[in-house]
Amino acid sequence: MSSRLPPQPGERVARERELKFTFDGRPVQALAGDTIGSALYAAGQRTFSRSFKYHRRRGLMCCSGQCPNCLVAVDGEPGVRACTEPAREGAEVEHLNATPNLELDVMSAVDAFGGPFTPPGFYYKTFIRPRRLWPLYEKVLRHAAGLGRLPREQHERRWRTEYRRRHADVLVVGGGLAGLSAAAAAAEAGADVVLVDDGVEPGGRLLWEGGHERARELTVRAREAGVELLTGASALGHFDGLVAVWQGETLHQIRARQHVYATGAVEQPLVFAGNDLPGVMLSGGALRLAALYAVVPGRRAVVATTCDRGLETALALADTGVQLVAVTDLRQERSALGAALEERGVEVLQGWTVLAANGRREVRGVVLGRPDDEAARLERSCDLLLVSGGDAPATSLCAQAGASTVYDPVLGQFRLDVLPPAVRAAGQLAGFGEEDAAAASGERAGRAAASAIGLGQGELAPEQPPLDGRAGVCALPPAAATDGSRGRAFVCLCEDVTAKDIPRSVAEGYDSIELCKRYTTVTMGPCQGKMCQLASIRLMARETGSSIEQVGGTTARPPWASVPLGALAGRPFEPAKRSAIHGRHRELGARIQWAGDWRRAYDYGDPEGEALAVHESAGLIDVSTLGKLLVRGADAARFLDLLYPNRLSTLKPGRIRYGVLTSDAGRIFDDGTVGRLDQETFYVTTTSSGAGAVEQWFSWWLADWRLDVQLTDVTQALAAVNIAGPRAREILERLTDLDCSPEAFGYLDARQGSVASVPALLLRIGFVGELGYEVHYPAAYGEHVWDAILEAGAGQIRPFGLEPQRILRLQKQHILVGQDTDSESTPFGAAMPWAVKLDKEEPFIGKWALAHIAEHPAPTTLVGFTLPDGRVPTEGAVVLDAAGTAAGQVTSARHSRQLGRVIGMAWVPAALAKDGATVTILDEGSRIGASVVTEPFHDPAGELLRS
Amino acid sequence: MSFLLECPHCGIREVADFAFGGEVCKRPQDPSFRELCEYNYIRENVAGVQREWWYHRSGCRTWFLAERDTRTNEVLRIGLPGELT
Repeated sequence: MSSRLPPQPGERVARERELKFTFDGRPVQALAGDTIGSALYAAGQRTFSRSFKYHRRRGLMCCSGQCPNCLVAVDGEPGVRACTEPAREGAEVEHLNATPNLELDVMSAVDAFGGPFTPPGFYYKTFIRPRRLWPLYEKVLRHAAGLGRLPREQHERRWRTEYRRRHADVLVVGGGLAGLSAAAAAAEAGADVVLVDDGVEPGGRLLWEGGHERARELTVRAREAGVELLTGASALGHFDGLVAVWQGETLHQIRARQHVYATGAVEQPLVFAGNDLPGVMLSGGALRLAALYAVVPGRRAVVATTCDRGLETALALADTGVQLVAVTDLRQERSALGAALEERGVEVLQGWTVLAANGRREVRGVVLGRPDDEAARLERSCDLLLVSGGDAPATSLCAQAGASTVYDPVLGQFRLDVLPPAVRAAGQLAGFGEEDAAAASGERAGRAAASAIGLGQGELAPEQPPLDGRAGVCALPPAAATDGSRGRAFVCLCEDVTAKDIPRSVAEGYDSIELCKRYTTVTMGPCQGKMCQLASIRLMARETGSSIEQVGGTTARPPWASVPLGALAGRPFEPAKRSAIHGRHRELGARIQWAGDWRRAYDYGDPEGEALAVHESAGLIDVSTLGKLLVRGADAARFLDLLYPNRLSTLKPGRIRYGVLTSDAGRIFDDGTVGRLDQETFYVTTTSSGAGAVEQWFSWWLADWRLDVQLTDVTQALAAVNIAGPRAREILERLTDLDCSPEAFGYLDARQGSVASVPALLLRIGFVGELGYEVHYPAAYGEHVWDAILEAGAGQIRPFGLEPQRILRLQKQHILVGQDTDSESTPFGAAMPWAVKLDKEEPFIGKWALAHIAEHPAPTTLVGFTLPDGRVPTEGAVVLDAAGTAAGQVTSARHSRQLGRVIGMAWVPAALAKDGATVTILDEGSRIGASVVTEPFHDPAGELLRS
Repeated sequence: MSFLLECPHCGIREVADFAFGGEVCKRPQDPSFRELCEYNYIRENVAGVQREWWYHRSGCRTWFLAERDTRTNEVLRIGLPGELT
């Protein structure tokens, strides 16, 4: 007997196109258009996974990507739902959570024997003694927990999240009849509309309920009206008006002015013993298998329903040739659909429900009964049990948007109550379940959304939803479910929470639904409550003697649909900055490291040797990362006088001055040099990492003071190199037309000229403590000038990296802001009182705080230190005061080959901040005596700088 | 936090485009120590409409002012300094 039905009108499979994939290594035949789940089911597979805790067999249930039963790994990626994952040629599908295989899972012993020992939180109750064994227990439990394994190593990420921001007039979530109608109507009124649907094509229920042609017509209408249709796209959550949508490898962040939710409803399972056996399926699941994939869901079916949905499905399946053994309808009144079934000779049991499903590997028979009559019992054999516990409106996304929900006793479900502004609901979510009513409600919502933003006709009066035939009853689990006498009855399939666990949770004091959720983890698994929230609320109500309204629901939280962590993890955008000379550093074999946002040459393999070359001959370093600002205008000098604590207006054109920037609290936040190019033009350099912050700081004060100043950030436009060392001058002279004699171009002079025929600004600055010239020039000539200098100095000059520069500057006790200072450091504490001119009349930034700090010195001061032995203390090591208490810390420490000893900088008690004082450094348990040096270690008089 | 903000130059953008500059407070002149500390560290932090600084960091790098309801993130007005009275 074939497992495929004859061609179905709306089937998605292409029978002439076969493909093959493997399941646990075995080949599986599929048709194009199949899902992995439908192909496996057609091939006779009934067990798809083993459950989370008890390792019970689980099979297809919802066939809509909602329940956890068909989670598999595809090509190594765990947590994929087989029922919605398209079958692909050559895909390698593997089961999860069973050892050694799906058929023989050793951990299923937990199901057979573990019952009394595995209540909620059992691992905290059972595995606490002896306490010293907990690490071992934990290891075992961790191994047992979770579904699936990630590969330990992944050499290359197969995909990278694309982020897309989309602004729209109207966002419609849900592409069923109502959603498509809403999107088309809004777009026809002139709105820019995005429609999000999780199916492979829009249409929702229409696609498997015989309306596929209508769905396709509506899709064409929506497309022609200009709707952007996102299919295979799951709305994850509604965050502050922004809806996150995961589609393939793209995370859309959609912000719309109006939202229409048409998310439909989720068919609810029933709670009874054995309700998780393979072969127990939601009625809609079986219908989808038959209608979309032409797969025979079973031969002999029993249907247990609480509403018309199950009866509709029963009729539809009867048409495909499934034999209906019996139909139970928990409602007392026979509906028209029930009568229609009876006319076809089906046994319809009104007021009955299912008490238990029996079978070892899959369902073989059922026990039916009446909740109100203990004696009423019927047994039927079958290979398929279809259940329908009513359609729960999918309110979660709306609730995240701010809607309130209310329990509707007629529907037996929670439905939407009050909607927030600019949010509308349509279709079954809003109570319009019948086809034409759903379409009309969508049209109305779409037009209303458009008219709310001034498009189309005026606001339309909302219509009250009719209480349609889908009204159901509250399907309380039968008592047998909670006493466990007929076997386990599951409330939550994801986390294996049984109906017994809810009363147990209440008995232990977790008697509110929110507490019960956290204790039992009901609603917290992969289905996110879609299958279990209602049942857990019903059980909680019965157990606590409250009404369902009193129990209420748990807070709706994202994600509404499963999403790989990789979609959300990491920074969306992490650019690396590279200087214009970067390629040369790589060619020279530099070790490249991160320095803030920059990729920088850390060294070229020999940091101490590179530093030595600067002292003995010459070195060349790429300092393009420095922040560079042009400050121009009539008020430029006044502006800088207001920003810096020292005076810059007295700077003569062609001269440079060091400046430290503080906040209005007097705390250092950056430093650099200021060169005056002419009366109204200043060239400001900042630290590499502070460039952005300084530009922001300058422009902020400029916006507030509104001075006649133009600020231009030329950080990226200019490359810069520092050529330093005793032979720097002679090398530079070979490349420039400038007079480089000490008389014509002295220390702290700024000159404009050409270097290697490139126009450049040259700054004679001594950050590294030797005769040096910073050459700033257009970035386009980055490598040209670098090459020219190395060529002109061949045999005399050596490139040096960031690390040797740090040794060199430490020898001079030049601070690195952020390394030697923190957010509390002041110029006084950092031993730079000369950088503050408190007698300046201008109310400069930090003036009043610095005046206060000058009178109230901080308890610690930044000083240099040396160590007799060769050990380099850890940066961050503690400095102790006389009493042995922590009083400061080491901020920088290096070995200097030039000086032949270890040097560093540290914050020490102010009383010890004098030459020759001894401070104690506590470094990784050992105490080291260090000698304080307040002057630069190298060239303290600065003669080399000025040479 | 997520909302739209209008830059006076560039128009409406996601708030992630901007840097927040805090509520607008007047810089004192020759303040007492207490006034200085309040200026540096104390903010009104109103639950309601506040005037604040925004910087279009990933755009035109302009500082501007906005009046925003801190409870709803609704931006009532925006403007360049001197324009917003």
